[in-house]
Amino acid sequence: MNKHFISALFFISCLVSSAQGSQPAMADDMRADGKIYVVIGVLLIIFISIIGFLVVLERRIKKMEDKIKSKN
Amino acid sequence: MLGPVPRLDILNETIRNVYYHVPIWFAMLFMMAVSLYYSIKTLSSGAIELDEKARNAAAVGLFLCVPGMITGSLWARFTWNTWWTFQDPKLSGVAIGVLIYIAYFILRSSVDDELKRARLSAVYNIFAFVMLNVFIMVLPRLTDSLHPGNGGNPAFATYDLNSNMRMVFYPAVIGWILFSFWLFDIRNRLSALKRFTDE
Repeated sequence: MNKHFISALFFISCLVSSAQGSQPAMADDMRADGKIYVVIGVLLIIFISIIGFLVVLERRIKKMEDKIKSKN
Repeated sequence: MLGPVPRLDILNETIRNVYYHVPIWFAMLFMMAVSLYYSIKTLSSGAIELDEKARNAAAVGLFLCVPGMITGSLWARFTWNTWWTFQDPKLSGVAIGVLIYIAYFILRSSVDDELKRARLSAVYNIFAFVMLNVFIMVLPRLTDSLHPGNGGNPAFATYDLNSNMRMVFYPAVIGWILFSFWLFDIRNRLSALKRFTDE
């Protein structure tokens, strides 16, 4: 009786643990490897925004150059 | 970047974002302070060049809000499980702060007379800076927040920013402030050139 009870408990705990193992996967890539890809994402965002700032500057300088050229 | 960091639950490796997300906001506050400085100088001297410097500093500060907010949002998605939440007073505060500074630029563009614009926007900028500090530095400390160090004392002392991280964090803050100053300088030179070509 006791033996059966323990084996049943073992079986149930195996089921529970396997159920936990197959929990719904959510954005696993970003949570993999200690969420290091979030840090990479942050780096990319900063890089892209700085590039954006430089492009805006570049266009303003271009406009000014055209103005100076048309004056001369 | 690859230095040793404390092992924490939920945060995991994203603790390294402290090197990027936080210094950006420090640089943004620094630029707004520079803007305030030039606004006060504008009021005492009435020079248009100083007003332009105040505008450029505020523009760089507002630009720094963009990566600051997006990186914060991405970080929040994978630690707090949400892109944005109004539960956190710091997030709401920063949203209001950004709107205040957008209003500053709208105010500027709505006044045609240069001298009038310089004086008006300088006065507004003083209020804007005070409000920004109230919203992002004072109010979040009075209530509970998801950000560390809020709802009580400033961060760092209680937060596990250990000495290894400090060695990266403080140079990062200095670097970002210098970088923002460089952007500010480029904008100043550009507006000086613009004044020269418009004449």
